[in-house]
Amino acid sequence: MAVLNEEQTMLRDMAREWADNEAPVSAFRKVRNAAPTEGYDTAAWAEMGQMGWAGIVVPEEFGGSAFGYLSLGMVLEQLGRNLTASPLASTAAAAAAIALGGSDTAKAEWLPKIAVGEVVATVAVDEGPNHDPAKIATSVSDGLLTGTKEFVAEGDSAQLFVVAAVDGLYLVSGDTGVTRSTRKMADFRSHAQVTFDGAKAEKLGGPDLTAKVIDLATAALSAEMLGMAEQAFSVTNDYLKTRVQFGQALSTFQALQHRMAKMFTELELMRSAVEGALEAIDAGRSDTDQAVSLAKAIASDALHLVSREMVQLHGGIGMTDEHDAGFYLKRAYVLETMWGNAAFHRERFARLNGY
Amino acid sequence: MASAAELDAPVNPTDAFRKEARDWLAANFPPELKGKDNAMSAIDGPTELSPAEAQWKKAVGEKGWGVPAWPAQYGGGGLGKAEVRVLQEEMARIGAWNPIGGMGVMMFGPTLLEYGTEAQKQEHIPPIARGEIRWCQGYSEPGAGSDLASLQMFAEDKGDHYLVNGQKTWTSGGQWADKCFALVRTDKTRKHEGISFLLIDMTSPGVEVKPIRLISGSSPFCETFFTNVSVPKGNLVGREGEGWTIGKRLLQHERSSLSGGGSAARMFAGKPMGALAREYRGTDEAGRVNDSDLRMRIVRHEMDSRAFALTLRRAALESRSNQGPSAATSIMKNVGARITQDRAELSIEIMGMNGLGWEGEGFSEDELNQTRTWLWGKAVSIYGGSSEIQNNVIAKRILGMLDHQ
Ligand SMILES: Cc1cc2nc3c(=O)[nH]c(=O)nc-3n(C[C@H](O)[C@H](O)[C@H](O)COP(=O)(O)OP(=O)(O)OC[C@H]3O[C@@H](n4cnc5c(N)ncnc54)[C@H](O)[C@@H]3O)c2cc1C
Repeated sequence: MAVLNEEQTMLRDMAREWADNEAPVSAFRKVRNAAPTEGYDTAAWAEMGQMGWAGIVVPEEFGGSAFGYLSLGMVLEQLGRNLTASPLASTAAAAAAIALGGSDTAKAEWLPKIAVGEVVATVAVDEGPNHDPAKIATSVSDGLLTGTKEFVAEGDSAQLFVVAAVDGLYLVSGDTGVTRSTRKMADFRSHAQVTFDGAKAEKLGGPDLTAKVIDLATAALSAEMLGMAEQAFSVTNDYLKTRVQFGQALSTFQALQHRMAKMFTELELMRSAVEGALEAIDAGRSDTDQAVSLAKAIASDALHLVSREMVQLHGGIGMTDEHDAGFYLKRAYVLETMWGNAAFHRERFARLNGY
Repeated sequence: MASAAELDAPVNPTDAFRKEARDWLAANFPPELKGKDNAMSAIDGPTELSPAEAQWKKAVGEKGWGVPAWPAQYGGGGLGKAEVRVLQEEMARIGAWNPIGGMGVMMFGPTLLEYGTEAQKQEHIPPIARGEIRWCQGYSEPGAGSDLASLQMFAEDKGDHYLVNGQKTWTSGGQWADKCFALVRTDKTRKHEGISFLLIDMTSPGVEVKPIRLISGSSPFCETFFTNVSVPKGNLVGREGEGWTIGKRLLQHERSSLSGGGSAARMFAGKPMGALAREYRGTDEAGRVNDSDLRMRIVRHEMDSRAFALTLRRAALESRSNQGPSAATSIMKNVGARITQDRAELSIEIMGMNGLGWEGEGFSEDELNQTRTWLWGKAVSIYGGSSEIQNNVIAKRILGMLDHQ
């Protein structure tokens, strides 16, 4: 755990307590079964709004707390542990884009509402099944944006879109010219196709801003992955201590102990890489792009390993819908793929380092 | 990403001490020794010191700054943690290095400071602080490696002294050592409780060393035989039968020093893999290292190294902010070993046949060193507790996994 200041410690503890009491995995199961259009529990999201979580990266003058990305990451990590469905990561990334590039009017109009959870926002970049910001066809003429974005997180419910076009990032706030088609996916969260057909758009910034906002969104997502991996690991470790086979608890078998030790090792490296990226963002470091690719690649590999081992080490029970392991497995692969998988980020890391 | 220098950047500068350290270093560090630290010296055995090296070692030894955190009354520097860090930063700044090292500094000294009597500390600590005495570690035996507690070397109580008989093996630097800290059996009926921690003079009659040659070609360690060696009772550290506890404490010091816990910068010294690959392999039209598979494995290695550097830094910050030793510490030895070995393997793969030279014409000095580094590096996942044993420790101590019934 990074060294936290008092505010951050309080925030983390509060988020952890809330997630454990109000949003355990059973709450996610309920959402999954009820299948609301939004893909999350709106009452729970309202509570998150009241606690100010959507405002963690919003400047104070616009009603946020400006605690920064490490703090946002702490909260997302706690939510990730319990697979809490919420539009927090997407909304925060969109808020950051507005705070960085929005006009004074746009900031004043949207940020205070975002900060209290009244408005759900998202960032729409990809136009195919794999993250590829180099392949963007969406364009804007006369302030009207046209293009189709695939797998937009929270695309089913977002009232506000931050959209990547060929020449940079735009804000689309109206519903005119915006069509959503639900994509039902393995993790039971919202990933809609969103078509913009001459939607009114306001420019936030050029390709530099697009790249920056993608990095922020990626780092936030990595924090959620960290929480998931920690929890998948700890649930598995507990299970091995109770399950008896061959007259022994599974936990006594060295072959399994070494697999757990290996996962633990990868988790420690994952935590350092993820916290490192969040800290790099907060410090405004010039090598933030590298730090983010490091975090996402390592996080993807570590979560991949842990989520698969969770199923394997649970044996038959891990294959059942009744058990939570499947939820971790499915969400894990979605998050690995989102904002670029490990291979994408390794390639980017090589390029950024000139080899 | 943070460069190695950034990872070692000042955290809590204490300015008055910084000036003191800077002035003293300016007055005492011979500039011609800048960056001439030989990391392999502890392995290769004693080398003839140049006059400048001898002078530098003497100055540091007298000042106690080779062991800056040890108490001044025994010849240490008596510095606090923050000051030690400042001293390291100031040394790194001018390319100075610590000429005092070895097992006495890394593991025996800290253990003796904790468990030794006043007389033992006064006798043994100052010569270590001045770098005058070489210690070796008499733990492993032919039948006691990973299962150290099954050791058999026996010390029989003869009233005023012990009579020691038995064999140790893999004794690093045994042929150059003046003294040996050894685990011996003083009771054959009990496994762990029958072990004692004994200090043995290597010049005593009955001590014999036989160097063993390693796959890297060097012979940095020995089989060590003890035949009717007489050891004074005053050389027992702690109480009889308490050796296992003391010996394990020493292993903690050994592991933390082996995992590169000191300085991330040192661990990542040398040419970055990407640059090495461009040099040996060339690039394609897009400017990428030729061989995309190799290129990606370089990235994995580089990412692993950086995540490790960030973890070293995180663990240091966490323990400094008094959250106690971080759980991350337990993974350090294995990750450090894995990265060291990956680095060597990758370098050789990049260099091709040039990376596999043994001696003689046709290879650069760097290339020949690479072969040696590679082969020597195979030891890091074995000594000081093998990777498998480290995983056992993680599973049992950190994860609370259960003992086999
Ligand atoms: C270069 C070098 C320097 C050394 N210097 C010293 C020194 O100065 N002083 C000293 O006392 N010793 C020294 N050692 C010894 C070192 O500590 C031992 O080699 C080490 O503890 C392993 O013991 P072993 O070689 O007997 O292997 P073994 O214990 O026989 O192990 C063989 C293999 O089996 C595995 N294994 C063993 N037990 C288990 C288990 N329970 N579960 C899973 N796997 C297991 C091991 O990990 C290893 O892979 C040195 C070793 C090397 C290589």
